Amino acid sequence: MIELVSAQRCIGCDRCVDVCPTDVFDRGPDGVPVVARQADCQTCFLCEAWCPVDALFVAPERDPLPEGPDEAALGGTLGSYREAIGWGRGRTPGARVAVGPPLRHEPGDRPGPPLV
Amino acid sequence: MSDVLEIETDVLVAGGGPAGTWAALRAADAGADVVLVDKGWCGASGATAAAGTGVWYVEPDPQAREEAMASREALGGYLADRAWMGRVLDETYAGMNEFAARGRYPFPVDDDGRQIRRGVQGPEYMRRMRMLVRRAGVRILDHSPLLELLTDADGAVVGAAGQRRQAGGDYRIRAGAVVLATGGCAFASGALGTHVDTGDGTLAAAEVGAHLSGMEFSNAYAIAPAHSSVTKTAYYSYASFYRADGTVLEGAGSTRGRSVIARTLLSEPVLARLDHAGPAEREAMRCGQPNFFLAFDRAGIDPFTDRFPITLLAEGTVRGTGGIALASTACDTDVPGLYAAGDVATREYICGGFTGGGSHNAAWALSSGSWAGRAAAAHARTVADRRRAAVPAGGAGLRPAGGEGITAREMVREVQDQVLPYDLNYLRHGDRLAPALETLHGLWREARAGLADADPWRAREAAAMTAVARWMYTAALARDESRGMHKREDRPGSDPTWHHRLDVGGLDEPWTRSAALEVAA
Ligand SMILES: Cc1cc2nc3c(=O)[nH]c(=O)nc-3n(C[C@H](O)[C@H](O)[C@H](O)COP(=O)(O)OP(=O)(O)OC[C@H]3O[C@@H](n4cnc5c(N)ncnc54)[C@H](O)[C@@H]3O)c2cc1C
Ligand code: SF4
Ligand code: SF4
Repeated sequence: MIELVSAQRCIGCDRCVDVCPTDVFDRGPDGVPVVARQADCQTCFLCEAWCPVDALFVAPERDPLPEGPDEAALGGTLGSYREAIGWGRGRTPGARVAVGPPLRHEPGDRPGPPLV
Repeated sequence: MSDVLEIETDVLVAGGGPAGTWAALRAADAGADVVLVDKGWCGASGATAAAGTGVWYVEPDPQAREEAMASREALGGYLADRAWMGRVLDETYAGMNEFAARGRYPFPVDDDGRQIRRGVQGPEYMRRMRMLVRRAGVRILDHSPLLELLTDADGAVVGAAGQRRQAGGDYRIRAGAVVLATGGCAFASGALGTHVDTGDGTLAAAEVGAHLSGMEFSNAYAIAPAHSSVTKTAYYSYASFYRADGTVLEGAGSTRGRSVIARTLLSEPVLARLDHAGPAEREAMRCGQPNFFLAFDRAGIDPFTDRFPITLLAEGTVRGTGGIALASTACDTDVPGLYAAGDVATREYICGGFTGGGSHNAAWALSSGSWAGRAAAAHARTVADRRRAAVPAGGAGLRPAGGEGITAREMVREVQDQVLPYDLNYLRHGDRLAPALETLHGLWREARAGLADADPWRAREAAAMTAVARWMYTAALARDESRGMHKREDRPGSDPTWHHRLDVGGLDEPWTRSAALEVAA
């Protein structure tokens, strides 16, 4: 679930307010979006991918964390998904290198495309 | 009365995932004026945007095509159709090639410098589809769920109405043709990217008289780390599965052995470890699906050396195959003016009773979207009077028949209680399905009577999930055998007299009927 909007990093571009498919954010009075409907978050990580300054953190848990994360302790985790898919100036798009391993089949499977 | 945004257009596309964006693009290419409405944000919404997806992209070599078509026929219970498969292979091949040029998608390159076009990364794919659609002049309304269809005096679809969640107010769009591309229904199970896929389009279509097919094949379940949303079963082909005490769970596997996992999860935890992946595979997995590792890296798990608890999340018709029945590869439905594409339409024509994913779905979204977009544009040209009287067709969740009941959230939880448990939906048995269906009928009556929500879209989602669940179990009880992904413990094995499709439809009184295998390609 979305757990953090970093007020230090956020430049108030409202990108996350736009792209979040489940409309989790509201525009904040000071320009920093607020997580207004966390229960609607689908843990898709897409706001992280779209934030231009790595100001968002989505925890992998489908349920809210008992306590919000400590921004200082997150360190390099902020922006790590955007980096992994190669979004951002000067990066190689992750799509360019997205070749997964051949997928193993189980005994008894017919040959064919992988079962995703 | 709130503000209503009134728009007139040739083609209205509802849903901005792959199916909706291909539909909008093809309709605009054909010269139509197009409006696309999305419940979320076209470009980040839907099951593809959050995932990485394989595409059924096969070189036009007769032997490769033959193998591709044969590979899933048995799994699908021989309910697929070669003519449709061939047309999907053609359309997908052409579409992906065009996407490479027109969308400038950065496909990976093989040792000979040739692009590998058999897969796309969701965020990149959908970002570029949004760009293409906008460049083609399509008007996009984001955060604007369709709530209901509008029909004329003859019952033809002439537009739709919906809500603008961020802008406020409602919209009412008159169109020469409407393409539904609202995705499947995953019952808000938590599976990656599927929260928006709640069956809204399916309900809207049934309300104007369209029927469905293949709804018994709607019980896809995918493996995810227990705490997370990342349903990526493919990589678990490298896994071994364990009990909590560290002993191997015999018979468990990511494909055929998935039911063993489901059965075990009913009473105890199941753990996985990707111990069959060597260094090369590990590296390739990270490149192939970066989001697969978010669930591990951020929870301090090394999936290759640590055993971690897993779960199975329902993906309903998203990686099932049932949906709105089509009349032909124009993706037209029973109702004039109404077209359907992607997961909201049945995929039986190319998958039969099984998909589980693996590139057919992406190919179907691209192909059916393209066909629907072109056909809708052509139909719109034949509709002269765009202003004839229209009535809204929506009922449950929108127009209470009396009284205020439970909230939408409560109703969703009650539907989930009937459709998520493995021993109800995955490991099916007539004795368990029948009472579950009774409960769902009761919930439908409550949805009809009225929900306690001020937000129409939430009430509509709850009503749609209830409706889809009823069609699913009505069909599952009717198909008196096991076939494809529909496995009945009380009816093991396939029965040759059931080698045909099953239609389902109806709102207050769901019905089923046998349907022939042949549908005009
Ligand atoms: C984790 C995961 C991995 C997958 N991997 C693969 C794979 O490798 N290969 C493959 O072929 N398939 C795969 N699939 C399946 C594939 O993602 C779907 O088949 C595909 O996304 C269907 O496209 P669609 O456009 O029909 O629906 P979606 O992509 O789900 O899009 C539906 C759109 O409709 C919008 N919408 C919903 N309701 C409304 C409404 N009321 N009004 C307006 N808009 C609405 C949504 O916001 C969304 O934008 C995977 C699915 C999942 C969940
Ligand atoms: S993770 Fe997805 S659903 Fe959650 S806030 Fe971010 S974009 Fe929205
Ligand atoms: S996308 Fe990032 S920078 Fe922009 S408003 Fe959201 S958090 Fe702030």
